[in-house]
Amino acid sequence: MSTATETQRKAPAGERVADWADGRLGIYGLAKANMRKIFPDHWSFMLGEICLYSFIIIILTGVYLTLFFNPSMNEVVYHGSYEPMNGIRMSAAYASTLDISFDVRGGLLVRQIHHWAAIIFLAGMFVHMFRVFFTGAYRKPREINWLFGFLLFVLGMFTGFTGYSLPDDLLSGTGVRFTQGAILSMPIVGTYISMFLFGGEFPGTDIISRFYSIHILLLPGIMLGLVVGHLILVFFHKHTQFAGPGKTNKNVVGMPLLPVYMAKAGGFFFLVFGFIAILSAIATINPIWALGPYRPDQVSTGAQPDWYMGFAEGFVRVMPGWEINLWGHTLVLGVLIPLVLFGLVLGALALYPFIESWITGDKREHHILDRPRNAPTRTGLGVAWVTIYFVMLIGGGNDIWATHFHLSLNAISWFVRIAFFVGPVLAFVVTRRICLGLQRRDKEKVLHGRESGTIKRLPHGEFVEIHEPLSPAQLHTLTAHEQYKPVEIGPTVDENGVERKPSALQKLRARLSQSYFGEDNQIAKPTAEEYKEITSGHGHH
Amino acid sequence: MKKLSARRRHPLAAVVVLLLALAATGGLYAAFAPAGKAQADETAQSLAIDEGKKLYSVGCASCHGSGGQGTTDGPSLVGVGSAAVDFQVGTGRMPAQQPGAQVPKKKVIYNQAEIDQLAAYVASLGAGPITPTESQVDPAGADVAKGGDLFRNNCAQCHNFTGKGGALTNGKYAPDLEGVSPKHIYEAMQTGPQSMPSFPDSTMPEQEKKDIIAYIETVNGDESESPGGLALGGLGPVSEGLFGWIFGLGGLIAIAVWVAAHTAKAKKS
Repeated sequence: MSTATETQRKAPAGERVADWADGRLGIYGLAKANMRKIFPDHWSFMLGEICLYSFIIIILTGVYLTLFFNPSMNEVVYHGSYEPMNGIRMSAAYASTLDISFDVRGGLLVRQIHHWAAIIFLAGMFVHMFRVFFTGAYRKPREINWLFGFLLFVLGMFTGFTGYSLPDDLLSGTGVRFTQGAILSMPIVGTYISMFLFGGEFPGTDIISRFYSIHILLLPGIMLGLVVGHLILVFFHKHTQFAGPGKTNKNVVGMPLLPVYMAKAGGFFFLVFGFIAILSAIATINPIWALGPYRPDQVSTGAQPDWYMGFAEGFVRVMPGWEINLWGHTLVLGVLIPLVLFGLVLGALALYPFIESWITGDKREHHILDRPRNAPTRTGLGVAWVTIYFVMLIGGGNDIWATHFHLSLNAISWFVRIAFFVGPVLAFVVTRRICLGLQRRDKEKVLHGRESGTIKRLPHGEFVEIHEPLSPAQLHTLTAHEQYKPVEIGPTVDENGVERKPSALQKLRARLSQSYFGEDNQIAKPTAEEYKEITSGHGHH
Repeated sequence: MKKLSARRRHPLAAVVVLLLALAATGGLYAAFAPAGKAQADETAQSLAIDEGKKLYSVGCASCHGSGGQGTTDGPSLVGVGSAAVDFQVGTGRMPAQQPGAQVPKKKVIYNQAEIDQLAAYVASLGAGPITPTESQVDPAGADVAKGGDLFRNNCAQCHNFTGKGGALTNGKYAPDLEGVSPKHIYEAMQTGPQSMPSFPDSTMPEQEKKDIIAYIETVNGDESESPGGLALGGLGPVSEGLFGWIFGLGGLIAIAVWVAAHTAKAKKS
């Protein structure tokens, strides 16, 4: 038969390679399932991509740096090409970082790309995380992925911190000393952890090589796993989308992975890489040659960590130096309280999705994003958190604020102390009012149309502005969000007349739910009946 | 002339006359006033002291007292030496503009000859650090690396790694050392102005001061190099973080918006 002769025809080389791979890896099935995977399009969905690409850039440049970096605290005398350090005693780690900066081909540029990419990676994760937060994208089924992302942010902070410490310069050494102080402030275990971590008294001769294994192996290894898991879950859950015509909780409207997103994402990677490379060629970061080698007897003013640890620095800087001395033991509250707050502030972010789902009692899946205005309490809480964070960043850089804005350092510290308590409350209230105002405006737009700016004079002399009715698509987008009813405690007396006592937890939940979804805390969205009544001509002007 | 007399009752006539009169007096004064330039070298030391005392009575006595004994508004100048005067007046800090947390550097209002006369007078009140000579402060041939080590040991706590300055308590600060002349750096170390401790020759010999000056000139002078590109103020992670957020992430978000705006369109609707 003709078909039999056709099957014996030799297939083209590419097809044979593909057949070979399919027989072993099953790529046809994978490709069929994933090549046409649809992703929605929005610029804010590319924030995560910025993080992913800067992470890849960090790994690539980091590998190059490991070729020349010597993670040793052996003391050497520098005789390299940077004249102002000639003849100075320093650790081999610092000397090799000077060599990378001045004697290794491309070393300084790669070092700067590595560090700038790290700064951008953390900043990108921060913004990405708050995009997810403010749009409610962390709701079921994405809570685990929120935690993955949160862990990536926290591990990124510590990977960044250990990397910043590796050159063993005077700035980072001060940061390591600061960290040791925080460890020592922990009751009972602090001294043991410190002696274990540093292999004896500070600074010892081990910390750089230990940080090196943590920085290049342990933390990035975990992070790489989390990144892969994060991406698999994005694939598995499918990407969320903003409400719009044709977009439901059950579909994804957008473009396919192949060819559109492969090309876009691939191109975007090179844009990110190129942009960071240009930035690194233009601006210095961490000029360790100007800082000098670390010596425990030296210190400089203006010693701050990189920005992502700045809020922790702020807590310590503005905390009054309290301490308790009891039975021969010292409890350094001035450092311990900031350490606890550091954990609490971060922890609140991790737990929020679970708290919110407990309050709403909503166990359904959500694939349509909220507009921040339609969740005023959540948005208010998010802005309050960001306020605390940025107020503490001001505290962490209080000396720079003082010198550059001609302010008193003490006044700034007092401002930060007060703003830590007052700022988030104000931010919460103001944000919620703005959200409610925007909800009212949406309602107004739906019911009365868009203000056209065209003024018409009626025959009897009255001036009116013509409102253009919205298109059905716009109407849908503005009314697609669902609104929760506040949770009730329910009747306290059951059908048999037996009094039921609601637990304190139930009461708390009802009160919180009221504050989220109570009558004054969200604007009831316009109903179809309202819309009909107004557009039928009676209430219309 | 008729034109002029016709306008003599013009409302602006008085102003014009006043301006002319002022210009005439000023011009005459400029022409006949004693020259401000320094007297020749043969001027005796006592003459400089006398001239200095005159300047002192006009510009300094209201706060420091008629004989330099100090008042509630200003410290005693007995024993501060000529180096202190040369620094304070030579950097414009004195005469002070107003009381405050710290007297800032500002425009210098006396010329060097007058400063020398003031210094001679104040030095005559009691022995103190003497204004260094040019060769004493010249950093040529000094050990920059050693100066860096000394700087980090003694100066960086307040002035930052490369002398960019830093904050002290209650609005006081350690100023940026960029553009400060070697002589003034030397004098500051010798005399310890305002919040700064003094580093007399007994604790920091002349050679070490030169090393420090050489280091500052190298890392924070007019010709300092920044091998990595823009130095971002040399302030460390705060300015780097700000730059990274605004230009780094800001730029990338702008690119993301641009990419998203140029998306593939299946069909023009």
